[in-house]
Amino acid sequence: MSGICKSFGAVQVLKDAGIHVKEKEIHALMGENGAGKSTLMKILTGVYTKDTGDIEINGELFELTSIKDSENKKIAFIHQELNVLNEMSIVDNMFLGKEKKNKLGLIDKKAMVKIAKEKLQMLGLDIDPSTLIKDISIGSRQLVEIAKALLMDAELIIMDEPTAALTDKEIALLFKIIRELRDKGVSFVYISHRMEEIFDICDEITIMRDGAYIGQKTIKETSFDEIVSMMVGYDLDERFPRIEISPGETILSVKDLSQKGKFENVSFDVRKGEILGFSGLMGSGRTEVMHAIFGSTKFDSGEIHISGKKVNISSPIVAKRMGLGFITEDRKNEGLILDFSVRDNMALPSLSSFANNKLIEDRSIRSMVEEFIGKLKVKTASQEISVGKLSGGNQQKIVIAKWLITNPKILILDEPTRGVDVGAKKEIYEIINQLKKAGVAIIIVSSELPEILGICDRIAVMHEKKLVKIFNRDESTQESVMQYAAVGGI
Amino acid sequence: MLQWEGYKMANLGNIYRKNGTVHGESEEKANLSNIYRKYGTVIALFVLVLIISIMNSKFLSMYNILNVFRQVSINGLIAFGMTFVILTGGIDLSVGAILALTGMVLGLMVASGTPDLIAIPLVLLLGALLGWFNGVLISKVKLQAFIVTLATMTMFSGITMIISDGIPAMGITENSPILNFFSQGDILGIPFPMIILLVVFALLLIILQKTVFGRGVYAIGGNEEVARLSSLPTDRIKTSVYIISGVMSALAGVILTSRLSSSQPTAGAGFELDAIAAVVIGGTSLAGGKGRLFGTLIGVLIIGVLNNGLNIIGVSAFYQQFIKGLVILLAVILDRKSSR
Repeated sequence: MSGICKSFGAVQVLKDAGIHVKEKEIHALMGENGAGKSTLMKILTGVYTKDTGDIEINGELFELTSIKDSENKKIAFIHQELNVLNEMSIVDNMFLGKEKKNKLGLIDKKAMVKIAKEKLQMLGLDIDPSTLIKDISIGSRQLVEIAKALLMDAELIIMDEPTAALTDKEIALLFKIIRELRDKGVSFVYISHRMEEIFDICDEITIMRDGAYIGQKTIKETSFDEIVSMMVGYDLDERFPRIEISPGETILSVKDLSQKGKFENVSFDVRKGEILGFSGLMGSGRTEVMHAIFGSTKFDSGEIHISGKKVNISSPIVAKRMGLGFITEDRKNEGLILDFSVRDNMALPSLSSFANNKLIEDRSIRSMVEEFIGKLKVKTASQEISVGKLSGGNQQKIVIAKWLITNPKILILDEPTRGVDVGAKKEIYEIINQLKKAGVAIIIVSSELPEILGICDRIAVMHEKKLVKIFNRDESTQESVMQYAAVGGI
Repeated sequence: MLQWEGYKMANLGNIYRKNGTVHGESEEKANLSNIYRKYGTVIALFVLVLIISIMNSKFLSMYNILNVFRQVSINGLIAFGMTFVILTGGIDLSVGAILALTGMVLGLMVASGTPDLIAIPLVLLLGALLGWFNGVLISKVKLQAFIVTLATMTMFSGITMIISDGIPAMGITENSPILNFFSQGDILGIPFPMIILLVVFALLLIILQKTVFGRGVYAIGGNEEVARLSSLPTDRIKTSVYIISGVMSALAGVILTSRLSSSQPTAGAGFELDAIAAVVIGGTSLAGGKGRLFGTLIGVLIIGVLNNGLNIIGVSAFYQQFIKGLVILLAVILDRKSSR
């Protein structure tokens, strides 16, 4: 693809964008949120039609005007939000719209199951194709999508953030499969924000910025810093800014917190002006602990103390009253009402503080929201735009602003930079640091080790529902934290 | 508020500046479609009034206009309550049954000598109680609103039959001046049912638009889990919308009882559908989170004007029904188009 331009109304989204993928190649496509990666891929898969530019497939020029066109050219797109129907079986999902029929024109289930089984086994997935999608893990669903692509003999598979919801084990399996398929002649376009992954699996990388093609590099010959500066257009001096202050007194103290099947005997303290990181593999119980502390789920036993007093946080309402804020992991389902405006989302937890004699003062909300849009550098055309239209980084800032407005004493951030581009990531770290300076006690749950090691003062590691170790910053290394996270000890 | 002074973030903004982030979406569409979106139903009502008054000039007489308001007051009150319920993403099928039950209890109480001054507040309370029952089953027991209210609709109708033995309570406005006033009274020439409708509308509008509760109603319809994690009392709000719906149905029951001078055990049948139709015509999304009470008022008036106008110009009842259905369909199609 070269010289691709595309405008929506007056907004030019792509100007001279392009990508050149060779056979048997895993090709990374990187750029900040809003750089135009998805739009470019949607043009390649016929979802959008380009305004100008050329698409060449196997040396021939093609006009792709529909998804069918693109499928005929053996291009498959695996979206970040997987395109599978949870209530249907694996085989029905794989053959959706392409059902095999027998002589009577009825669906030939037997034949479909047989083929599905074959394809799944190719991917090392040994499950009954009649299993419902909702009963298999996210990782397996990902593989079902790949199997679906294999079904149409895809020669090019586009994957958008495929690992966002996978465990480390599942990621390893996925990568193995991607490599095997590459060696069999399938090419991949791999979209991800995770730099480490790109270096792990990709052969080539194309970088986009502001809708334009910036450059292509061979992974072996480039560096992290070079890619980042190409993405943002300048040198990013420090990836994890940090400030050193001595923390104050203990404000939150969790003692022997347990919930059957979720976490066991979790104990830790957090002090004012301190950042406590929570590391661990997916499913190790970190998020569940945070929900229990915040009162959004119940726990069986244990105690929570705030400022030395035992508290009973029975609901998020109580949690807010106690000075807790919780930036949840799942922005789309727990953090934001996507159809609602920036303003309505930001004001949600603090509505009652804007009410005078029970009546909400919209003017004070408006000025408060304006203030926080400025402070957090949220890039939005207005307060009235629905948050669903903003980029991931800006959405995340709005979730953070939601809780900053409540003026929390203890702030829990669960995966605060997931799906956020490099520039916005650093801005979020800056915000967290400023809160730390203001004396807020901060808990960060993150699956990105460099992030945890980079900004936290202490690091708690969870392994299989238990908190196995709390490191001080100076005694932790990537290896030691990983060791505890993976096997629970040395 | 946090102390943000001294933060050195100002520079960052410059360094990280990049182009606008709203990609793939054209800016707010042309003004014309915006106007339509906001006032589409009002325009539709206006056109409807215009057509009918051209066909029969009697339609626009003051007497008839007041009459339309008198007629729509019952559906209006129910539809207002229904708007709250639908905004949370729920539905209340039991409104007609609550109307019948509260109307019957009122009739039996008044007929047996209870002063209407006491009986009316009591049945409003009963409406609240019935709504609360729906609400608790939906918010606490976490059952689906459709199923709960379908069941209670049948239950409440059953109770009405049991207590009335299926016989109407008759002649109950004779010694009940207040109850009588509900349908026959007027203040400065304005019929009392119309005053109730407009006062309740204003009150509910303030609650919906200007209180934490009202914002919570929208937020729950938008995404209940987000609302809950944003520390809104979601269960309480959900229960409350069914209470509001129950009270509105009871108030409509009082007006209907007053108008008929009797309590009919089968009153209210099908009222839920008229109310839902008004809400939908008014542009409120059945999925919740989006809609306005003002839209519902217009929706109620559209249905009322249709009923009244088609009668005046002499369209047969069978055609009326067909046309009403058609209007609902058109309203939804237009609404969908304008929100694209």
